[in-house]
Amino acid sequence: MVPPSLPSYAKGKKVIFLKGGHDLWLTGAPQGKLLDRTVKTYALQPTEFRGMFPIPKVIVEVGEQVKAGQIVFYDREHPEVKFASPVSGEVISINRGAKRSIVEIVIASDNQIDYLPIKAPDLTSISRASLVDFLLETGAWPLINERPYDIIPSKDSVPRDIFISTFNTAPLACDPNIAVNGNGEAFQKGLDVLQLLTPGEVHLGLNANDKVAPADEFLQSKGVKHHWFHGKHPAGNVGIQIHHIAPLGLKDKVWTLTVQQVIQLGKIFTEGRWVADRVVAISGSSVHETGYIRTKSGANIGELLGAVDADARLISGDVLSGTQKLKRNFLNWKHEMVTAIPEGKYNEFFGWLIPSVAGPSDSKTYANYLFPHKQFDGDTNKHGEKRAFVMTHDYDEMLPMDIHLLHLMKSVIVNDYDGMEGLGLKELTEEDVALAEWRCTSKQPLQQLLRRGLNMLREQEI
Amino acid sequence: MGLLSFFNKIEPDKEKHPFLHTIYDGIYTLFYVPDHTAQGGTHVKDKIDLKRVMFTVVLSLVFAYIFGIWNIGHQHFKALGKYLGVLDGLHLKFAFGIAKILPIFIVTHIVGLGIEFYYAYKRGHGIEEGFLVTGALIPLIMPPDIPLWILTVAIVFAVVLGKEAFGGTGMNVWNIALLTRVFIFFAYPTTISGDEVWIAGLTNAKAGAAAHYGWIEQYIFNPLFQMLHWDTFPSAGQVVDGFSGATPLSLAFNGGWDSVMSHFSTSELWFGLIPGSVGEVSKPMIIIGMLILLITRIASWRIILGGLIGAALTAFLLNVWGTTPMMQVPWYYQFYMGSALFAITFMATDPVTAAGTKWGKWVYGILIGFFGIIIRVLNPAYPEGWMLAILFMNTFAPLLDYISLQSNIKKRLKRAKV
Repeated sequence: MVPPSLPSYAKGKKVIFLKGGHDLWLTGAPQGKLLDRTVKTYALQPTEFRGMFPIPKVIVEVGEQVKAGQIVFYDREHPEVKFASPVSGEVISINRGAKRSIVEIVIASDNQIDYLPIKAPDLTSISRASLVDFLLETGAWPLINERPYDIIPSKDSVPRDIFISTFNTAPLACDPNIAVNGNGEAFQKGLDVLQLLTPGEVHLGLNANDKVAPADEFLQSKGVKHHWFHGKHPAGNVGIQIHHIAPLGLKDKVWTLTVQQVIQLGKIFTEGRWVADRVVAISGSSVHETGYIRTKSGANIGELLGAVDADARLISGDVLSGTQKLKRNFLNWKHEMVTAIPEGKYNEFFGWLIPSVAGPSDSKTYANYLFPHKQFDGDTNKHGEKRAFVMTHDYDEMLPMDIHLLHLMKSVIVNDYDGMEGLGLKELTEEDVALAEWRCTSKQPLQQLLRRGLNMLREQEI
Repeated sequence: MGLLSFFNKIEPDKEKHPFLHTIYDGIYTLFYVPDHTAQGGTHVKDKIDLKRVMFTVVLSLVFAYIFGIWNIGHQHFKALGKYLGVLDGLHLKFAFGIAKILPIFIVTHIVGLGIEFYYAYKRGHGIEEGFLVTGALIPLIMPPDIPLWILTVAIVFAVVLGKEAFGGTGMNVWNIALLTRVFIFFAYPTTISGDEVWIAGLTNAKAGAAAHYGWIEQYIFNPLFQMLHWDTFPSAGQVVDGFSGATPLSLAFNGGWDSVMSHFSTSELWFGLIPGSVGEVSKPMIIIGMLILLITRIASWRIILGGLIGAALTAFLLNVWGTTPMMQVPWYYQFYMGSALFAITFMATDPVTAAGTKWGKWVYGILIGFFGIIIRVLNPAYPEGWMLAILFMNTFAPLLDYISLQSNIKKRLKRAKV
């Protein structure tokens, strides 16, 4: 096979080519435009952190004034894991959900953010243990994501390596090049901190797809290993990159962070305060004005989106693995984009027979593959009913990893622990199988199955 | 949307009339893709669904159908020594073919879909599309004169014991269409093997035997053709001297390729002007179907290519060995006879019963090719090998997957130790 042609900046580099995948082209891409919009309300959402005790200990009260960086709640089971407020302002409500779990701690932001000063230690002389204690104390620890299982690491956890993907191939995704612009110093400082936390390497996944080279902040970062990737979505997913850089062994733990989380970590040391800045992509065909917004983590969805069509589904994250939200809900901790697409509650006449209405599809029964860059609006119609697994090669092209996804999913269904572990369940999280779920002819809920399997494996370990 | 509101109006109550609702649901979803939205997972979904996949397979079979229908008539009149030209008596040949295939098609679907509907209602899930393809395949692999009661018994056996007992569409171990055929093959062997069964409408295949026509030809087509001043079905016909109903395979088995060539030309074999099962005869039509399945990626190219390679290689090795007349048939001519191409294209590629891993698919395809040729060439009891070869490999497909998955697991465990 002839390797695909590379953009000039990646020529001569060692590039990992990923076969398969699919770029889902939807209308309503954010472009590069920065929108001038301020969000007033922010929230921390304890239930989105996996593996925490359902009701955390909230140490602020409704009506209380908090500063940015002030601890708001901590995990009852692991009281050392603390969570800090992204903004300064007044705690206006603590919303509870099923079984009295705390869903949202809502803070109305001040116009001028009042930061709690943090006295950052000197990185040249600090020991790993005291660095960990410092991160736990400031509330920075939850920035770190541990694989397998996508959880906040325990304080004793030592990762084999740390991985950061510097590009995003998900549909309509936020471009980290924009986020890192002007934050080079903080990004480098964040990487320096991470290097102290692992005995292994910090790996950076770089994009070899686009016409424009990755930002200099990524290319000139020091002390880390660079890996170039060429391929369609999900090539930008950190899970795919881990698999091709240094795959996860059965007992291994690795940490992952997003670019914006690394910057946030770095700013504790460069600025001495908790700067929870997020550049958020506003995208989707139901949004009236798409673009980027500079805001804070946990911003309100409705305020971020501005005007949207009445019959739209609002999603924190991308359309494949994001979470459905209402206007009064908030951006998830890890997410850097909100999407709004039309709800697809309609009947299609003989939809299976004729390509009467073109739509996003990877199936070769549609002529879509002749127009690979055609953009579609994309709606939430399911386009069919759930069936048993029939097609066995649907997923082959959708997951560029050495994993038999179909059989892995079947092993989850039949509770086969050895199969789940052996076939590589722990190497995956929801975002990695989302594309296969999108493609599935039988409309099987792969992400739900995956999490079911991961929960089963995790229960065994505890 | 008048039809949609009509459907909404006639929807039976699911609690009170569950069986009616199942049937309603089956028909309604045929006309309209339901207005379900994606919940709890991806927010957009690919436009593909199982109905479209199954329909594409049926579409790929249409060409084999059209040719097969004509060929039923052509073989019949050839035996009578009439309308020997390809274009002669076109309407009679098609009419005769339709009169033969339509009852088979209707019975297949009434019986098969009936069972499918019943089990969908019993289990309380929607009607699944599996029988769309099975029902289209069964008439293509039958002799045109198959007694309908035998067909009924065989379909009941195959669908109930072969599919529903295992949990329905997507769960079966063996290909349902082949299971139907293998049931007839072993339970009523005279109706599906031997030289006499492949030409329809004759009392037997010997010279002087009489032709007979059913009520469809006599009372529907004949008056119609009379009105149009076209030729009608003859009231009496006799099989001409020197005719034998022998299929190329039985000729080759007994007398080698020369014996085949004394009855048929290679172009007749290639284009399908030979006696045989309805769908298997015309190679160009099968190749069109194969291309449709390959371009749409519905069939696995690994299985098809593996099957072709396996069959060609085995036939070539048997050429080298070459002790019986059948072994000496040049390896490429093995594809001109019997159902090799049809079976590899439409039967082996059934994704449910085939192996599911990439490596498994290669081995599965190659072994089907191997066993198909071995049974055809070396076993005097069975004139053709593909049905048995595929059912045999259906049985072993899970083992192939197991081997492939174990190697993946071992690789991962090894990594853990390092």
